[in-house]
Amino acid sequence: MKVKVIVTLKDGVLDPQGKAIQQTLNGMNFSEVKEVRQGKYFDIEINTNDEKKAKAKTEEMCKKLLANMVIEDYKIL
Amino acid sequence: MKSSVIIFPGSNCDRDMDVALKKFGFKNQMVWHDNQEIPKSDLIVLPGGFSYGDYLRCGSIAAKSKIIKSVIEFANSGGLVLGICNGFQILTETGLLPGILLQNKYQKFICKNVHVKINDKENKYFKNIKKEILELHIAHNEGNYFCSDDEMKSLNDNNQIAVTYCNEKGKEDEKFNPNGALKNIAGIFSKKKNILGMMPHPERMIDKYLSSNDGNFFFENLFENLK
Repeated sequence: MKVKVIVTLKDGVLDPQGKAIQQTLNGMNFSEVKEVRQGKYFDIEINTNDEKKAKAKTEEMCKKLLANMVIEDYKIL
Repeated sequence: MKSSVIIFPGSNCDRDMDVALKKFGFKNQMVWHDNQEIPKSDLIVLPGGFSYGDYLRCGSIAAKSKIIKSVIEFANSGGLVLGICNGFQILTETGLLPGILLQNKYQKFICKNVHVKINDKENKYFKNIKKEILELHIAHNEGNYFCSDDEMKSLNDNNQIAVTYCNEKGKEDEKFNPNGALKNIAGIFSKKKNILGMMPHPERMIDKYLSSNDGNFFFENLFENLK
């Protein structure tokens, strides 16, 4: 089955890329854009149909590799 | 004194480090990341570069490579582990050092000489060093040191802040902070001070005709302290 993971920066962690994207959007006349935070998205194909097991494994992957818990949060979709 | 430099795919300061270590008397060996064992060493160095193309997060993939288990065991048993630049990033990703190196505040790759001040001499790296302010080279895109408030408190309480960015006179100020690092941090120790991670490259400053001499103070002193 497929598991989707989103990794985002925690609040308060500097995101220069997000800032640059926000400023570019503002410059493109999207003046309503107040803030952009850039994150990462992972599409993971896991060799099981047991949803519970797949999510538990993914959780472990997030903590051990996909996210750095000092600065990032993860969400399994 | 024996040293080992670990090479990862994408390391590019490994040979400079080899030259520097040998110049000051170390019997150095180069060790490929895919090995499980490290030859008997008094010092292990994780060199600078762009291991695994900086994929995912700088140093994150190298931090899971085969050799790292042995590096962690060596470090936990009190062995000296030095991480320069990407090596510092790898050390934070293994958890051997707290915090993380974020992208530089102004989104630019920085390549220039900087001055750093040695903040603590009660350790094998800087004990008896003849100079307290060193001119070293930095070349990085992710050198902006960041950690939680609790981790910062612990770094301060245990004198783990090793080197900080400053001017040539040793004045620490935001003006002399090239990348936005918290408290001008250029390098930190582990609690036991056997592990040192720093962004500046002492191995690039060992020849006055090419760059400067200040790396000599670092390596010469380190070798003496390990004798």
